[in-house]
Amino acid sequence: MNKKSKGMSVRRKQEAAGWLFLTPATILIMVMSFWPILQAVFTSFQTGAGVNMKWSEPLYNNYIRMFKDKLFLRSVGNTFLYLLIQVPIMLILAILLAQILNNKDLKLRGFFRTCIFLPCATALVSYALIFKSLFATEGLINHVLVGIGILKQNYNFLGNPTSAKIVIIIALLWRWTGYNMVFYLAGLQNIEYSIYEAAKIDGANGWKSFWHITVPLLRPTIIMTVIMSINGTLQLFDESVNLTAGGPANSTITMSHYIYNNSFNTGAPNFGYAAAMSFFVFVLVAILALINMKVGDTRD
Amino acid sequence: MTKRKGVSNIQRRLIPAYIFLVIMAFISVFPFYWMISAATNETIAVARGKLTFGTYAIENFKSLLAQTNLWQAMWNSFKYALAQTLMALFVCSLAGFGFELYHDKAKDNLFGILLLAMMIPGVATMIPLFKMISKAGLLNSVWGFMLPAISTPFLIMMFRQNSRNFPVEIMEAARIDGQTEVGIFFRQYFPIMRSTYAAAAVITFMNAWNSYMWPRIVMTSNKAQTMPMLIANLSNGYKVDYGVLMMGVLFCSVPTMVIFFVLQKQFAEGISGAVK
Repeated sequence: MNKKSKGMSVRRKQEAAGWLFLTPATILIMVMSFWPILQAVFTSFQTGAGVNMKWSEPLYNNYIRMFKDKLFLRSVGNTFLYLLIQVPIMLILAILLAQILNNKDLKLRGFFRTCIFLPCATALVSYALIFKSLFATEGLINHVLVGIGILKQNYNFLGNPTSAKIVIIIALLWRWTGYNMVFYLAGLQNIEYSIYEAAKIDGANGWKSFWHITVPLLRPTIIMTVIMSINGTLQLFDESVNLTAGGPANSTITMSHYIYNNSFNTGAPNFGYAAAMSFFVFVLVAILALINMKVGDTRD
Repeated sequence: MTKRKGVSNIQRRLIPAYIFLVIMAFISVFPFYWMISAATNETIAVARGKLTFGTYAIENFKSLLAQTNLWQAMWNSFKYALAQTLMALFVCSLAGFGFELYHDKAKDNLFGILLLAMMIPGVATMIPLFKMISKAGLLNSVWGFMLPAISTPFLIMMFRQNSRNFPVEIMEAARIDGQTEVGIFFRQYFPIMRSTYAAAAVITFMNAWNSYMWPRIVMTSNKAQTMPMLIANLSNGYKVDYGVLMMGVLFCSVPTMVIFFVLQKQFAEGISGAVK
């Protein structure tokens, strides 16, 4: 009897300890993520900033304004342009590199891996500034292109909407390809190398084993990197601010950058309007993540 | 003899792969080389496309010191990143430990809810968080810097996944020895999980050191400036001095690059840590 009640109390103590361990993390996420997003929804129906917040009229005014705001629509367009062009190129490059580096016959694998992974060691601001300097009108890229005769005179890459977008895409590719490659390399390590050898004996060439072995087996990893890349691209900020400052004339501005400008950078910040736009970004991220998981779930 | 021929055949077939890798490696490394060479040259030489190392490093460094509060920003970044790393590791590993080793239906559900926070973009919570932090009087403080980043679903998930390798027998043995649950966490869990801690520390420190949007919002005073903010300001002038700018970028990059080279394995594990 005595023994039993003692056992119960030990059990209860363990139960309590389990909950205790996850309390700080849970409270922090509730207060620092869930509560703010609820507040953002609330704020999105208001207008003004600081202590002068009042309900907008009509309540959904910020949402109407958003879809009439040419600059916001442009920032959405830009963000999706980066997403649709940069993410596929980056992920294909990353898988290719991982596949090549997974070949055990290859020499200097560690060296190549380190080199390609190296860009991840830079701060986003750092690499944005390096690329800004490299592509400046009097920068190295111009110097080389003029030197070998491709360009007649120095070209202002960051001063033209199209080329400025291309520079951002190149910079993003440089920074994130190695990062994604690491995931694929980790994924490939879980695939038995003998599968490839068996395929080789069966006469499958590199491409065949890539499409029929690597890609299907890496599917979970691919889905995860796609979700991460979408999430990251929809939130692009540092590059837009530091590489092009959103320019020329806001032609490269991203959603996060535009929202930031509306909250903190302008003479008359409008928290309500910024909150409405940021809630829109949240919905986009959630929808795209759900689509991705659904697509990834269909097993054939 | 025949074996040798076989090897060289394999290598010959890999030539396109080598060419591709050399090009990719060059593209990846070149901007770093250029950053370092530019930091040692006068801005005019940089603009002329000089690619070799120059002798202007000391002058660039002196102007950087004159134009900015370099040591203050380095110290701030270091301090904030270290504090965030220690707090995040403690809070998230505790949660990962609790979620995995004491798991039941309720905790699994709670974990699923917490994971949803991964989908909340930083820009969406920026304004409410800013209001919260400024109301609490935490602007320009280390708490203001790190509070939103201490508990992340990513790190909790990483510790939870890796806790699967933690042998339950050790816990039971420790309980029989009369250790408390908290004691088990500190005396058994912590030492056994140290490789997970190392990977988590590397990735958290780097993220904290490199963060830009949030510090730009809450670290409003010059005294609280971080390195990414410092170099971003350097490039904002009308006439950019590339030598000085790249010297600043170099200072901002050195700590993370040292970590990268010394702890590359942990960094790679930290990035993909939650997937297993």
